[in-house]
Amino acid sequence: MKRSSWIAAGILLVGGATPVLADDLTIVSWGGAYSESQRKAYYEPYMKQGHKITEEEYNGEIAKIRAMVEANSVTWDVVDVDSQTAMAGCAEGIFEVIDWAKLGYDRANFVGETVSDCSVPTIVYSTVLAYDGSKMNPAPTTVNDLFDLAKFPGKRGLQKNPFVNLEWALIADGVSREDLYKVMATPEGIDRAFKKLDTIKSEVVWWEAGAQPPQMLADGQVVITSAWNGRITGAVKKDNKPFKIMWDHQAFDWDLWGIPKGTPKLDQAYAFLKFASSPPAQADQTNYIAYGPANKDAIPNVNKDVLPDLPTNPDNMSTAIIVDVQFWADNGEQLRERFNAWLAQ
Amino acid sequence: MASVAEASSHSPGGGYIVSDAARLKRQLRSAERRGKLKALGLVAPLFLFIVVSFIIPIVILLKNAVYDPDIADNMPATVAALQNWDGKEIPDEAIFAALAADLKAAHENRKAPLIGKRLNYDIGGIRSKIISSARKAAALTAPPYKEQMIAADRIWDDRTTWASIKKAGQKITPFYILKSVDLERDPDGSIVKVPANQAIYIDILIRTIGISLLVTVLTLILGFPVAYVLANLPPRTANLLMILVLLPFWTSLLVRTTAWFVLLQDNGPVNNLLMATGVTDEPFRLIFSRFGTIVAMTHIQLPFTLLPIYSVMKGISPSYLRAARSLGGGPIYSFLRVYLPLTLPGIGAGCLLTFILCLGYYITPALVGGPTDQMVSGFIASAMNQEGNWGKACALGAVLLVATMILFFVYNRLVGIDKVKLG
Repeated sequence: MKRSSWIAAGILLVGGATPVLADDLTIVSWGGAYSESQRKAYYEPYMKQGHKITEEEYNGEIAKIRAMVEANSVTWDVVDVDSQTAMAGCAEGIFEVIDWAKLGYDRANFVGETVSDCSVPTIVYSTVLAYDGSKMNPAPTTVNDLFDLAKFPGKRGLQKNPFVNLEWALIADGVSREDLYKVMATPEGIDRAFKKLDTIKSEVVWWEAGAQPPQMLADGQVVITSAWNGRITGAVKKDNKPFKIMWDHQAFDWDLWGIPKGTPKLDQAYAFLKFASSPPAQADQTNYIAYGPANKDAIPNVNKDVLPDLPTNPDNMSTAIIVDVQFWADNGEQLRERFNAWLAQ
Repeated sequence: MASVAEASSHSPGGGYIVSDAARLKRQLRSAERRGKLKALGLVAPLFLFIVVSFIIPIVILLKNAVYDPDIADNMPATVAALQNWDGKEIPDEAIFAALAADLKAAHENRKAPLIGKRLNYDIGGIRSKIISSARKAAALTAPPYKEQMIAADRIWDDRTTWASIKKAGQKITPFYILKSVDLERDPDGSIVKVPANQAIYIDILIRTIGISLLVTVLTLILGFPVAYVLANLPPRTANLLMILVLLPFWTSLLVRTTAWFVLLQDNGPVNNLLMATGVTDEPFRLIFSRFGTIVAMTHIQLPFTLLPIYSVMKGISPSYLRAARSLGGGPIYSFLRVYLPLTLPGIGAGCLLTFILCLGYYITPALVGGPTDQMVSGFIASAMNQEGNWGKACALGAVLLVATMILFFVYNRLVGIDKVKLG
């Protein structure tokens, strides 16, 4: 084994040592309201068919999956990943290549299917800005307002990740949607984005888990926050929170299922993905969270109440940023490192 | 003695007595050896435990901070061919042929991502280009490789790529250690500072030591009077108060940190009280700040400083102070010249314990601190969990270990570790 594998093996020893049932699938997702929607739409009905599922949570760290695969000690059987992780992970060979014939679906029938050969798209989500409608008068309307400390004083919540934050910083600095990734491809463009973020740095509370933004809004910890749209709509519908989403420059992206390479439960993983990608299960998920189903066959049966809150609603799409997955797959790691250094300074 | 003298006078050879003494000596020695073995047997489990759980991991950590075989193992031909490359121009066809062969093999073994990941530490964004180059190299069948590789990707027409491969090809490398003190080697091999936007680790090390020192001083200022009171109260009251010190000590660190998280929030009890009493109109920034980090850490570390001081104070006879007073020393003079020096071993032990524990803090700054309050351990964790950069994590660990040992050495010189007393 390689040196990193030794360390990884050591760390994973604890997890690997726990006895695992033969048909016990470990599925990893993003926690909070999203995991809950998956539990209700996928895990619980699937378990009723006699399968066992163990849930785990993570915050999208590709390094954790990589460490498992490199150490040949894969304990996560199915992982819900964002598109850049799916793409980068596929290129690195840490995910199984999906055999669509084995899965039993037509690949062309899924949105976001071009992201990678190693993943099955599951939902369309968006990173949006949200605020408490009962406290903000006048209400913020654009990304510029996120950076306007004079007009909207108070703390802002942002994800502890350069993803989308850099895009918004450049948009607020006057870059057009069309030129966005052209500017970001240059070192000057990245410097410019960080410089813009500098202007609000002291006022930002950074979140890591998707469940945090609605909580921070509810606690009054922040006045505006970035969030994944389904989490905000969930807080509005379930907990009657007066939160509002501002769809301006929403950053539109996919979540996909990946199977870490070398899992001993490949067949069970496929069986689960077959179930979770079926139109009824996909449509059912919209009863619990405002994310669009990736399987196009599920669209006719989507919960009608949720339609206005979906990122794909044409009213919400007018200024949407379509995330450049390739850009983030190539540069994500580098930018995250720079971002972490910037945070620490 | 008399009987021995008598015996030797009786026996002309005296050999009987000599052999008796030798046997006795032998018996004594074997009894001693048995005793030693028994003692060793009792110590062995702990010794083995320390070797397995402490010494070996530290040796591995130190090794991985400087040992990096990824490029040497996965690009052997290229690294060998680059031995004699002067670094001034783009390499010739022979080196390109080695590169094409290595990348082809790497593509087949799925090692290209590993190569890309390692080179990406030097040259940002090169990872995906290495992976795609490897894919294209696998399709090449005939020379000239130089033109074809450069056509595959422009990175091969850039000597910094080659310099980076040559550097990373060394199995023993100072790369990670240099990075963790904000230094790097430029393509010509001389050691330079990293660009300002990446230079953070020296600051973080200073911050870690600074926070630890401040917390140590605060625990001493808060803990010393309490220890004095506890040591001098009647046992019944002292025991009751001791429970108040020990109860938090027995509570999990995570629980106490989370409690501070709740207390210090913008809408938490502390801020609500301050606003209700009119001290402030807007909530103070208590959480996600240096203030919150220091408060929570001081609270958690207080018993560690207090208890050694307390147990040393318990052993100081009150008659010393009384003697000092009766000899005419004023209260302050007697305290400073008689009592305080007697407590120094306890102060030394408590402060050392707290300081060294503080250096490794991770959860508390992560929960109640802001981004600029994170300490070295936090960056070790993110190097492992987020970046998957084991070399960096190990190097940061090694730097922290060395810094701690230097501080311990200085402490030993100033205070003397033999003077430290836990009770």
